[in-house]
Amino acid sequence: METLITILAGVLVTVAVYLLLSRSIIRIILGSAVLSHAVHLLLMVMGGLKKGSVPLLGEVSDRYTDALPQALILTAIVISFAVTAFLLVLAYRTYQETGSDDLREMRGFTDE
Amino acid sequence: MLTITLAIFIPFLAALFVPSIYKWKPDKIGWFILIIPLVLFISLVRFIPRVAGGETISHTFDWIPSANIYFTTYLDGLSLIFGLLITGVGSLVILYSIYYLTARESLSHFYVYLLMFMGAMLGVVFSDNMMVLYVFWELTSISSFLLIAFWYHRKQSRYGAQKSMLITVSGGVAMLAGFIMLYAMTGSFSIRENIAMIGEFTNHALFVPAMILVLLGAFTKSAQFPFHIWLPDAMEAPTPVSAYLHSATMVKAGIYLVARFTGIFGGDAVWFYTVSIVGIFTLFWGSFNAVRQTDLKALLAYSTISQLGLVMSLFGLGSAALHEGYSDQSVLYAQATFAALFHLINHSTFKGALFMVVGIVDLNAGTRDVRRLGGLMALMPVTFTIALIGSFSMAGLPPFNGFLSKEMFFEAMLTVRHLEFFSIGSWGILFPILAWVGSIFTFVYSMIIVFQTFFGAHQPERLDREAHEAPMGMLIAPSILGLLVVAVFFFPNVVGDYLLRPAMSAIYPSLPNIAGAMKSIKIWHGPNLALWMTVGVVVIGFLLYASLKYWRSMYKVGPFRWGLDSVYNGALSMMERSSTVLTNRYMTGYLRHYLIYIFGIFLILTAGTLVLVGGVPFDFSNDSSITVNEYILVFGMMVAGVLMIFVSSRVTAILLNGVLGYSIALFFVIFRAPDLALTQIVIETVTTALFLLCFYFLPEVKKERVKRPAKIVNLLIAISVGTLVTVIALAVQGSNMFDSISIYFENAYELTGGKNIVNTILGDFRAFDTMLEVVVLFIAGIGVYTLVKLKSRKEGRDVED
Amino acid sequence: MKINDVILRTITKLVVFIILTFGVELFLAGHNDPGGGFIGGLVLSSALVLLFLVYDIETVQKGIPVDFKKVAAVGVLFAVGTGLGAVAFGAEFLTQTFEVFHLPVFGDTELATVLLFEVGVALTVVGTVVTIILSISEDV
Repeated sequence: METLITILAGVLVTVAVYLLLSRSIIRIILGSAVLSHAVHLLLMVMGGLKKGSVPLLGEVSDRYTDALPQALILTAIVISFAVTAFLLVLAYRTYQETGSDDLREMRGFTDE
Repeated sequence: MLTITLAIFIPFLAALFVPSIYKWKPDKIGWFILIIPLVLFISLVRFIPRVAGGETISHTFDWIPSANIYFTTYLDGLSLIFGLLITGVGSLVILYSIYYLTARESLSHFYVYLLMFMGAMLGVVFSDNMMVLYVFWELTSISSFLLIAFWYHRKQSRYGAQKSMLITVSGGVAMLAGFIMLYAMTGSFSIRENIAMIGEFTNHALFVPAMILVLLGAFTKSAQFPFHIWLPDAMEAPTPVSAYLHSATMVKAGIYLVARFTGIFGGDAVWFYTVSIVGIFTLFWGSFNAVRQTDLKALLAYSTISQLGLVMSLFGLGSAALHEGYSDQSVLYAQATFAALFHLINHSTFKGALFMVVGIVDLNAGTRDVRRLGGLMALMPVTFTIALIGSFSMAGLPPFNGFLSKEMFFEAMLTVRHLEFFSIGSWGILFPILAWVGSIFTFVYSMIIVFQTFFGAHQPERLDREAHEAPMGMLIAPSILGLLVVAVFFFPNVVGDYLLRPAMSAIYPSLPNIAGAMKSIKIWHGPNLALWMTVGVVVIGFLLYASLKYWRSMYKVGPFRWGLDSVYNGALSMMERSSTVLTNRYMTGYLRHYLIYIFGIFLILTAGTLVLVGGVPFDFSNDSSITVNEYILVFGMMVAGVLMIFVSSRVTAILLNGVLGYSIALFFVIFRAPDLALTQIVIETVTTALFLLCFYFLPEVKKERVKRPAKIVNLLIAISVGTLVTVIALAVQGSNMFDSISIYFENAYELTGGKNIVNTILGDFRAFDTMLEVVVLFIAGIGVYTLVKLKSRKEGRDVED
Repeated sequence: MKINDVILRTITKLVVFIILTFGVELFLAGHNDPGGGFIGGLVLSSALVLLFLVYDIETVQKGIPVDFKKVAAVGVLFAVGTGLGAVAFGAEFLTQTFEVFHLPVFGDTELATVLLFEVGVALTVVGTVVTIILSISEDV
C-alpha cells in the first residue's frame, strides 16, 4: 500500500511540476493545488498506513495510527487553501488589469 | 549600579515621547530635550570622585545568555571621559540647535535622531560586552545616516549620508568579524575578560586577523586615511550635528575602540605600527588638504580628520608601553597615551566651538565660502572672539589648551627616536618630521579661519544676507566651550588628575602604577626641543600663510586633484553596473526560469547526495495490504492527474482537481484519519466554489502555445522531479534511522485532558504552529480583500511619484 | 444575479440550520472526537456561503449584520490572547491547562483553556473564508 501511494504521489508531483512550468497562470494555480495534494499524501505515507486504530484515545486499542502527520496535514490543508485563494484572486485581478492570463504577455511580449 | 544602564536607555525612552511633546509645544521642544543630556551629565559628574578614587562600577543583566551575550555596563575612567563628552557637548549642541533650527524644520525628527544617537553612543562607551557594543556601534552609524540626510531633498545630503553609511557600516561589519574571532580564541565576549586572558593567545593564528578587523572598524568610524573621505561629505548635515557627531563624539568612537582594545592588542608590533603610522599619515594628509578648502565647514572636516589622526597616532605610540611590563621606558611611552586623552578633550572643546562659530557665520552672513567672507570682526565681535580662541588653540598657541596638548604631542613623537624594540631603526625620525609638517599646515588653516573670515575687506555685495551678530542664546554654547579652552590652559591638572589619570589605569589595567607615574601637565616647561618645534611651526606657518596665493595652485597638479573620492565613486558605480548586469542575467522575471532554478538545484543536490552516499535502501516488506477498491481509487487519481495536463476546458480542469481532492478525502478515511477527511471534504467544496467563482471571470484555458523544445524540457524536469520525490520517499520508508516521536503524543489524555490526539497536537503540544497558521490564514484573507478593493483607488495618482 | 427558486430557498432555510448545528457539534466534539476549531469553523462558513449563494448578499447581510473581517481579526486576537493569558499566570506562552469541574446540571465536566484557543481558530476560519468569498463575489 505505502509503495503504491508513494508512486501515486510521484505521479501527482510530476503533473504538478509540469503545470507549474507552463505560462498560463490558471495552469500554475492548478499545479500548486495538485502539488499540495501530492505532499499531503506523502506526509500521510510517512506515518505508515493502516497500522493501528484511529488516533482517538476513546477508541481502546493497543496501537494508534501516527497522529503527528495528521496534525501536519491538517495545518497544510488550511494553509494551501489560503494560498490557493490568494493566487486565484491575484490571477483574477491581473487579468482584469492586463487582459491576459499569460505570464509572458503580462511582461509586455506579444505572442511569438 | 543601575544608573549607567539607565543612562543608556533614558535617551531612547525620551525619544519615544518627542512626537507627542512636539505636538503639544512645537516651538519649545528643544528646551524639553535639553533636560535629558543635562541630567545625564550631572549624574555622570557625580561619579568623578569615585572613579578618580580608583573605583569601577559595573552592572549586568542577561540578554542572550545562551550565546554568552550579557548586557554589561562598565564605568571606568576611560568610559567616564567619553560619557562626559557625549552628554556635556550634547547639552551644548542642543542648546545651540534651539536657535540654529527654525520652527519650520521637522524638529521632532531631528531630536528623535539626536536622542537615538546619544543613547547609542553612551551604549558604545559603557558596554563591556562586545556584541552589545557592536549593536550600539551600528546604531550610531544609522542615526548619523539619518542626521546627515536631515535635509534629504538635497542631492548632496543623500550622497553624503549614503557614503558615510556604506563606509562606517562595512567597517563595523569587519569589526564584528574581529569580535567573533576574539570569541573563538578566548571564549568570552567580555572586553575585561578578554584583556585578562589574551596573554595566552598572542601567538594564536587568529590574533593578528582579529586585530586588523577591529582596527578597520575603528579607522572607518574615526575617518582615518584612506577611509576619511566620508567625513567631508557628512558636512551636509545641519551644523549642530556636525559639531556633535562629526567632530566631538561619533568620530571619536573609533579612538575609544583603539584605547579600549589597547589592553588586548597593545604591545604587539603590528598594532603599534598600524595605529601610529595610519594616525600620523592621516594627521599630515588631513591638514594638507584642509588648506585648499574654501568652504569653512569642509575645512573644519579635514581639520577634524587630521586631529583625529593626531590622537590616533598617540594611542599607537602609547601601546608600546605594554610591550615589556612596567619600566621607566614604558612610562615614557604611556606619556603618549596621556597626551592623547588630553588632546581628545581639548579637541572637543575648541572644535565644537569652531563648528558653532561657522554655523553662526553661515546663518548670519549667508555663506561659508571664505572667498566671499571677510571683515566680519566689527560686525560680529563675540563670534570673532570665540573663533580666535578656537583657532589659536587648534594651531597650538598659548594661552589655550591646544598649546599644552600640542607640546605633549611633540614630546611623545620625539621619544620614538629612543624606541629600541619593534626594529624601528632610523625610520623613527619620520614620526616627529611628519608631526611637525602636519602642524605647520594646521597653523596655516587655523589662520585662514580667523583672518579670511574676520579680517580684510568686508564684501557686503557678495553676501546673501546682511551680516550681523547672532542672538544671545546662540552664543551661549560656543562661549562656554571657549571659556573651557582658556580655563583648561590655566588649570590643566584638574583635568589631568580627575579625568586623565583614572582613564590611564583603565587603558593599562596590567600596569597599575602607570597613572601615578604620569608627569603632571606644566604650562611652562622651559625651552626644550618641543618648544623650538612650536616656534618653528609659528614662523614657517606664518610665512606659508602670507605666501598662500603663490603656492595654492599646487593643489591643482595631477596627483592631488584625483583624490580617493573618485576612486570611491568609480568603485560604487562600477559595482552598481556589474551587479545590475549580473542580476539581470538570472533574474529574468519569468516564473518558469525561477522554478527551473529551484527544481534544478533540488535535483542536483538531492540526487547527488543519493549517488554519493551510495545506493538507496528499499524495503517493501513492511507494506500493508491493498484491496481492489483502493487500486481503483489510485488508478482513478492517476488518470485524473495526467488528464489535467491535456484539458482545454476550465470546468473540466476544476472537476479533475475536485476528483483528486475528494479521492484524497476517501484515502484519509481509509487511512484512519477522520479529522483530515472531514476537513478535506469541506475545504475541497469551498475551494471548488472559489475556483468556479474566479473562473467565471477568467478566460478559457487555451492550448499551450509553447514551442516543442520548451515543452520537452518542462516534461523532462517534471518527470525527473517526480521520480526523485518517489525514490526519496521510498528510501525514507525503507530505512528507519530515528525513533518515532509520536509515542509521546499517546499520553495526550494525561497531559492535556483531550482524547483526540490530532487536536491535542494542534491546540496544545504545537499550539504555536497553529497560532501562526491562524495568522497566515488571516493575512491571506486580508490580502484577498485588499487585492479586490485596491482598484477603486487606482485612478488618479501615479504610485511611482 | 437573482435566483428565484422557491424549493432551493425553502430547503436552504432548513439545511443551513442543520449545518450550523453540525458545525457547533463538531467544534465542541473536537477535544475527544473528530472535530475541532478548523473543521467547526469550516462547516460554519460553508453554511454561510450556502446562504450567500441562495439569497443575494444584501439580504443575508441584513439578517446577519456582521463584518466578517472583524470576526477574523477577533479570532486572531483570541488565539494570541489565550497565549498571552498563560504568560500572565506565569506559565510559558500558549501553555494550556484543564480542570475537571463538578457542575450541577452537566455532572463532572472537563473545562480546558484550549477551548478558548479553538474559539479563536474557528472565528478566524469563518471570518477569513467568508471574507474571501464575499470580496470576490461583491466585485462583479
